[in-house]
Amino acid sequence: MTLQDTIARAAATPERPQPHAELGLTREEYVRITEVLGRRPTDAELAIYSVMWSEHCSYKSSRAHLRQFADKAPPTTALLAGMGQNAGVVDIGQGYAVTFKLESHNHPSYVEPFQGAATGVGGIVRDILAMGARPVAVMDSLRFGPADAPDTRRVLPGVVGGISFYGNCLGLPNIGGELAFDACYAGNPLVNALCLGVMRHEDLKLAAATGLGNQVVLLGSRTGPDGIGGASVLASASFQGGGAAGGGAGGRGHDAAGGARVESAKRPSVQVGDPFMEKLLIECCLELYAAGLVQGVQDLGAAGVACATTELAAGGGAGVGMRVRLDSVPLRDASLGPAEILMSESQERMMAIVEPAGLERFLGICAKWDVQATVIGDVTDTGRLEMTWHGELVVDIPPGSAADQGPVYLRPAQRPPWQAALQADDPARLDRPATGPELRSTMLSLLCAPDAADKSWVTEQYDRYVRGDTVLAMPQDAGLVRLDEQSSLGVALAVDGNGRYSRLDPYAGAQLALAEAYRNVAATGARPLAVTNCLNFGSPEDPAVMWQFTEAVRGLADACQALGVPVTGGNVSFYNQTADAAIHPTPVVGVLGVHDDVRRRLSIGFRRAGCSVVLLGRSEAEFGGSLWAHVAHRHLGGRPPAVDLEAERGLAAVLAEAGRRGLLEAAHDLSDGGLAIALAECCLAGGQGCAVQLQRPGRLPGKGAEFTLLFGESAARAVVAVRPGAEAEFAVLCQGGGVPAAVLGMTGGASLEVSGSFAIPLDELAAAHRGTLPALFS
Amino acid sequence: MTARIGVITFPGSLDDQDAARAVRRAGGTVVPLWHGERDLRGIDAVVLPGGFSYGDYLRCGAIARFAPVMAELVPAARAGLPVLGICNGFQILCEAHLLPGALTRNEGLRFISREVRVRMENASTPWTGGYAPGQEVTLVLKSGEGAYVVDPATLSGLEARGQVLARYVGSSPNGSADDIAGVCSESGSVVGLMPHPEHAIDPLTGPGDDGLGFFTSAVSALVSA
Repeated sequence: MTLQDTIARAAATPERPQPHAELGLTREEYVRITEVLGRRPTDAELAIYSVMWSEHCSYKSSRAHLRQFADKAPPTTALLAGMGQNAGVVDIGQGYAVTFKLESHNHPSYVEPFQGAATGVGGIVRDILAMGARPVAVMDSLRFGPADAPDTRRVLPGVVGGISFYGNCLGLPNIGGELAFDACYAGNPLVNALCLGVMRHEDLKLAAATGLGNQVVLLGSRTGPDGIGGASVLASASFQGGGAAGGGAGGRGHDAAGGARVESAKRPSVQVGDPFMEKLLIECCLELYAAGLVQGVQDLGAAGVACATTELAAGGGAGVGMRVRLDSVPLRDASLGPAEILMSESQERMMAIVEPAGLERFLGICAKWDVQATVIGDVTDTGRLEMTWHGELVVDIPPGSAADQGPVYLRPAQRPPWQAALQADDPARLDRPATGPELRSTMLSLLCAPDAADKSWVTEQYDRYVRGDTVLAMPQDAGLVRLDEQSSLGVALAVDGNGRYSRLDPYAGAQLALAEAYRNVAATGARPLAVTNCLNFGSPEDPAVMWQFTEAVRGLADACQALGVPVTGGNVSFYNQTADAAIHPTPVVGVLGVHDDVRRRLSIGFRRAGCSVVLLGRSEAEFGGSLWAHVAHRHLGGRPPAVDLEAERGLAAVLAEAGRRGLLEAAHDLSDGGLAIALAECCLAGGQGCAVQLQRPGRLPGKGAEFTLLFGESAARAVVAVRPGAEAEFAVLCQGGGVPAAVLGMTGGASLEVSGSFAIPLDELAAAHRGTLPALFS
Repeated sequence: MTARIGVITFPGSLDDQDAARAVRRAGGTVVPLWHGERDLRGIDAVVLPGGFSYGDYLRCGAIARFAPVMAELVPAARAGLPVLGICNGFQILCEAHLLPGALTRNEGLRFISREVRVRMENASTPWTGGYAPGQEVTLVLKSGEGAYVVDPATLSGLEARGQVLARYVGSSPNGSADDIAGVCSESGSVVGLMPHPEHAIDPLTGPGDDGLGFFTSAVSALVSA
């Protein structure tokens, strides 16, 4: 057995070489640790700093930019807890608060799709649980390589299966999300998971260790050698060789190539999830919270015990310390040493701070749920985080130095030289369909393109019904869950992103992602309230990527300010790149809205004949980054659609008011594929056809007008079906709100007809829409 | 009087609150039962809800069958206590040999979550008395191991004795033998059903309210008894 490295030994052997580089720390970072400690770190301390100062835990490349979300935050009284906590908490009235967050699990999902995606769900659910909330719904935003690529057939079914396995077994309805394909994600799929939780205001919990003598309790699964060093490896510059380059900086545990090389040659690279254990942990924690037995709580995800202890101790404030006996941690593998225990990313664990007087009751509730709970330490007033291993001191650090005071880098950012040429390559030069038959076949080809095709093959693997409060789910614009059966209060959630738009203009792309999610929430009749985000990018060490990142953050912060919706939290995932090729910059944005009466929700389906079909918003010939350019021409160039946040606000207000007054039978936002895709989805979702007239005298004459109206992707638009008899009132409402409203036609019939151009029977429309994914993946 | 209907919570039960809500909507009184207690608390009927009891380790329902509460439930069921097992509850009833057959992986090996049409073949049990024989209803199927399997001899016996409770309309979505969606005991008091009626009690949150009939049937059967 090797000699354990202790504080005494570290002091006595100051020159002993340590593997900081292998753990992802730069020479400068290592030197800074020795300055903080006044000596070299022990192996265990080095483990703590390596994971806590990793890109994933410290946000060292992004932190300086993310400040804008706070600096530009619109005035709001709705935030009960903001950024920096596990997840933001939003007051939605009637004494309820909700918490929600998006997080990536990109790299593990490429290495081992099933478990990578499953543990991604598990990690975000624990983040929500750690705020004191009951998790009530999940969503996911998925991006893969080309749908017909052989590797996509490996990755996609695995990811979907993993989400299905874990989420279904937890009893959390999956209420929506997105699925997109692009060659840029072939080696770097994006798996971003969102969880929503609900609590009463007074139930809010924070990650803070307080109260001298309070007990530190670890509960849940035993600790094994899973994903050791997963977080720290992401700080390393790049992965050379092998198929998987780079790592998703977000998420719980990652490929352990870097850290594992140091610790052992035989570590599982991705952890294995046990959703049954997580379900017990959820119910157990909620019962512990309700009994008032938890003073502070933190989930264990990336960086495991190292992260939970440093953050709890640092969260306690000045002078608070913690003493931890690492040899008390229950192990699945008895050979683990202190450094490995600290870095392990074993799943389904939480850490709680408990008053000694309540400990017996606390342990009793854990026993009821068959959840293992072990006292591993206590809260002190030394301001130091001290850890022992069989009586010997192996860690003695100021907890804030690891948790909050990591390095911050202002990395060089440079607009890439190709950006100008890309933007100059306008899709106006592309051949366009002109005749009725050409428009018809274009519509069908977009409808069966994997990006726009019906997603039931995926969503039918997710339980949307459990808990009995799901009012809207896929393929609706947003998920909508009821939170109170008596008052019918609910929340709507949408996640959106568009890598093509962001590639053309990351500032506008991030704003368009926000605008789309905002519009989707509004299209259910809800009032948008708060924002979360997951920023998926290539390597921050590439100035071009860093420029994309800074532009996207600036764009998102500016747009949140303009729309009056604060960012409550989020996640950054860097290093999504293979060799020199980064993914499209892909900011994914989640918007949460409150619905005062879910019984008045708006859905997308045309279910009734004889309703006026009205297009809201202004339509321009905007095709840069469009689905049409992508599918018909494999073209990506020009500028994305113009952003008009005032128009988005106006549209959202009109939709909410029309919903409240019951003026609408259906509402659907316009996004990828424009009006053509939206109308097809409305018809298919509700079973009624429609007939629309797109050529109007005096405006955009001829077939060019039809093409633009059908396939253009101008933002701030929606299509609605107006309840018969409510036309005049709705027109007045739109006029008052400054929202252009054009009556296109009527619902009814068994086909989607563009008068004077073409008609497609609903059966044919359905076959085109629904056949693609089963043909690819069944 | 109202009917006291128990809803058992096993570790890993997920649809227990949904089942309780359905019982309340039907006018019954919910009696929560805990897997670890050998006490049926004077109930008139009981629901075994959906979920993944004990993580469905070993086999779906195989561990739940040995839960302390089952030691009371099995003899009570044999003595005529009306029992409704939904999804995982159905699997548990099969493992406990209160119902014949078994449930295995879906054809296609994927989890299926969607609305299904089901035809009521036996409308004379305490759980289905409110339906018309042959009535088609829309319920929610959500399971990974919902394919009903049974040996041919038992199957023909089930047919002969009217123990096929419900069938999928059209072809079976999961590969169930003879399109069977639910079966019952010879007396009809013990019912196992793969699709979820408790997720079809309100058009706001499900496909409609076709499923409420299972619970109203039981309440009226018990109240009039």
